[in-house]
Amino acid sequence: MILLTRKAEFSASHYYWSEQLSPAENVRLFGKCANRNGHGHNYTLEVTVEGEIDPVSGFVVDLKQLKDVIHRQVVDVYDHRHLNLEIPEFKHMIPTTENLAIAIWKRLENQIEGAKLHRIRVYEMPDLFSDYYGEA
Amino acid sequence: MRAYLSRRYVLSASHRLYSEAYSEAQNRAVYGKCANPHGHGHNYVVEVTVGGQVDPVTGMVCDLAALDGCVRTKVIDRFDHTNLNFDQLFAAQVPTTENLCLAIHKLLAADFVHADLERVRVEETQNNFFEYSGKGKHGTASSRS
Repeated sequence: MILLTRKAEFSASHYYWSEQLSPAENVRLFGKCANRNGHGHNYTLEVTVEGEIDPVSGFVVDLKQLKDVIHRQVVDVYDHRHLNLEIPEFKHMIPTTENLAIAIWKRLENQIEGAKLHRIRVYEMPDLFSDYYGEA
Repeated sequence: MRAYLSRRYVLSASHRLYSEAYSEAQNRAVYGKCANPHGHGHNYVVEVTVGGQVDPVTGMVCDLAALDGCVRTKVIDRFDHTNLNFDQLFAAQVPTTENLCLAIHKLLAADFVHADLERVRVEETQNNFFEYSGKGKHGTASSRS
């Protein structure tokens, strides 16, 4: 088994706010991320797949196909959008980096021919990122 | 669902790799220029990974401010702009980056309660780094990397 990782970038805006918390609790918990006008990031996405190397092609997976799937399922959907207001999965779920990793996993799971999804890593900033391995 | 959050921090410190158990010649052979008598320094990058269930209300593994606060008070404030050889943790240990990585893991494991400490990674330069996942869990995180 070998791992292969493809990176992609998208830029989006979001805010952190839970209707289940009071305004004061939201501000205390989320700080400036709770600003209701939102803010944005250049996100870097790393998609890692696992599989066996095809003895003929020498590939785990066709990189072009992987790139196309990532763009169709994720980048084209999220890029230059407001995650809270425009993306269905975040209508009732805060688009934290953790939830983005889980949502992207769901968007890509079973979409990649010939390989299994291993890890989704989402960088919100160069010094902050979240990983999801499909665990319950 | 279980997810992992990683945060990177920078600290600048000096050290000298030199063991009293070795002769001068052995120190030179083992540590090379790292054994130079007056030490040298690095901008260390400390990457801390914590794991846990994503809270359904907050959408977070843990409060990032709590993680930042813990790392700052226990690690950054302790080591930043210091000479590691003079820290009591390295009184009987050579402050290699391996040992620094273990020391940071120990300091955080003893204090951080908001999520599971999964891994500490310390980058000494852009080209070398060290990782520790805790006793008994060694290899868990690296096999996922």
